[in-house]
Amino acid sequence: MAVITTDNLTKRFPRVTALDHLSVEVQPGVVGLVGANGAGKSTLIKILLGLAPATEGTARVLGLDVATEGGAIRERVGYMPEHDCLPPDVSATEFVVHMARMSGLPATAARERTADILRHVGLYEERYRPIGTYSTGMKQRVKLAQALVHDPQLVLLDEPTNGLDPVGRDDMLELIRRVHREFGISVLVTSHLLGELERTCDHVVVIDGGKLLRSSSTADLTAATSLLAVEVTERQDDPAFDVNAALRARLAEAGLTVGADSGHVLLVELNGDEVYDVIRDAVAELGVGLVRLEQRRHHISEVFAAGAHATDGADKAEEVAHV
Amino acid sequence: MSETHAPEGRLDVIHDIGYRHYEGPRLGVGYATRSLYTSSLRGAFGLGRSGKSKILPMAMAVIMAVPALIIVAVSIYVKMGKLPVDYPQYLTNLQFVTAVFTAAQAPVLLSRDLRFMTVPLYFSRPLRSSDYVRAKYAAMVSAVFILTMLPMLIMWIGSMLGSMDFGYNTKHFAFGVVAAALYSLVYAGLGLLIASLTPRRGFGVAAIIALFMVSAGVSGALRGVMHVTGHQAASFWVAMLNPGFLIDSTVSWMFDLPLRGNVAEMPTTLGGVAFLAEIAVLAAGAFVLLVRRYRKI
Repeated sequence: MAVITTDNLTKRFPRVTALDHLSVEVQPGVVGLVGANGAGKSTLIKILLGLAPATEGTARVLGLDVATEGGAIRERVGYMPEHDCLPPDVSATEFVVHMARMSGLPATAARERTADILRHVGLYEERYRPIGTYSTGMKQRVKLAQALVHDPQLVLLDEPTNGLDPVGRDDMLELIRRVHREFGISVLVTSHLLGELERTCDHVVVIDGGKLLRSSSTADLTAATSLLAVEVTERQDDPAFDVNAALRARLAEAGLTVGADSGHVLLVELNGDEVYDVIRDAVAELGVGLVRLEQRRHHISEVFAAGAHATDGADKAEEVAHV
Repeated sequence: MSETHAPEGRLDVIHDIGYRHYEGPRLGVGYATRSLYTSSLRGAFGLGRSGKSKILPMAMAVIMAVPALIIVAVSIYVKMGKLPVDYPQYLTNLQFVTAVFTAAQAPVLLSRDLRFMTVPLYFSRPLRSSDYVRAKYAAMVSAVFILTMLPMLIMWIGSMLGSMDFGYNTKHFAFGVVAAALYSLVYAGLGLLIASLTPRRGFGVAAIIALFMVSAGVSGALRGVMHVTGHQAASFWVAMLNPGFLIDSTVSWMFDLPLRGNVAEMPTTLGGVAFLAEIAVLAAGAFVLLVRRYRKI
């Protein structure tokens, strides 16, 4: 069963269209929602929580209609906002217990679930200290904990890695994987960092200017291409010698199609296993070292860039961002 | 999504790190609203918060109660047989304490959630904005009611201990309860409405105090002008400009009590009805405006 379904979902504000006939289906798992700032991500989340009416079209979350069953949706869904939302003068335990009761959990259950979930997100002794004394990483964990404390079937995470250092970012991404893998809770996570989503998500939905650009599995988006990336060292004795040009000539001579990307990398069309042998021999004959020989993979960013060009969505996204 | 499990397959998952799903009851909006009411009411007196946040509300409660204790103790000691201050009159005399309490604590209930942007977390749960406002309004009304009822109870219990007239004291205690209820509704409504407009607690406190003080000043000055210009008979109307005078006049009119407070003229019947209507409009209007304020978050 789809976790989220939108059909022709449109949201117009007096001066701007935030969502433009968006039809998308999200299956259980970890799903990334990508878009530039102002692409319509936050508007979509608000509509999915039943907090803002759609101008046109329909949306269902966990099979419930956002227009009429908002209360039932919010009971089964967790939400972690992008912005700060924690009072500094209470402890994580007090705060999460309070939010659990706001989700309808009886007092005893709220305390038990809070203790459990704070342990799961990795907060131990510090959970009794005021939140004001926490690091950004710890605050993000508290925000995640309050979204999970009532054991939702789906969590909506808005830019959960914002403001984290690289290590904190990795920890948070791993935590998000666990939310699905070990807790069995589906995740919709927004980000403007594509690399993150490539690592974390099973499926990626790309929106821009409120329009759907693409919705496909991460595996499809990052599938191997038929290009081999080749990178070689310079000649020790003669740094001025253009190794790439020489290698290029030799490979072309052997009947291979050779292109280049922006840097020092040659892209060779892979149309049989013998191509590897040809490249190896050519590099050996030139007397240089082989730094890289690997099959190219697609990046989500390519989809995004291509789509933005095609629809001129970048301008539109900017327009939304200014409002 | 090949190896992932659908929600319906949850029971088959082995939780090796011990994540347990919650199978217990979910008590819904009514329960959440009541929980928010309780925690907000506790918060209004600084309970469950740091020691520092208890100082002001507790000090106000003490200032409110101590004169009542002294009055009771003295009346019993000298065997007066009657309390020197009538119940509603006591609340009139200590209006400024009620005002300071409202100004200091109404922002505690609302500004915190605005300042730290916690409000969206409430509304991402089954609670609606009207439930949030209902819980906060009820909590603030209860807090002011507790504050104003404290001396009323001390005086009534004291009068009983001092074997004073049971009928008279109980009747006037009841007048005091009505006055306390009106103060609670109006002060809490105005205080919360102003507090909801700013995430800065300090601004909220200052603005609420200013409302009570400026309106009292304007009302008093206007009454002076009316007296000088010979409009004394109509000067009771100026009580409409200040919440404290308004309640004082209304209660005196309703129960035909002698006027000894800030307002020296008894309202006419038309005036009394208008005053009651204004109280109703203030209390209900504040609630409606608060709901509207929180509808778009």
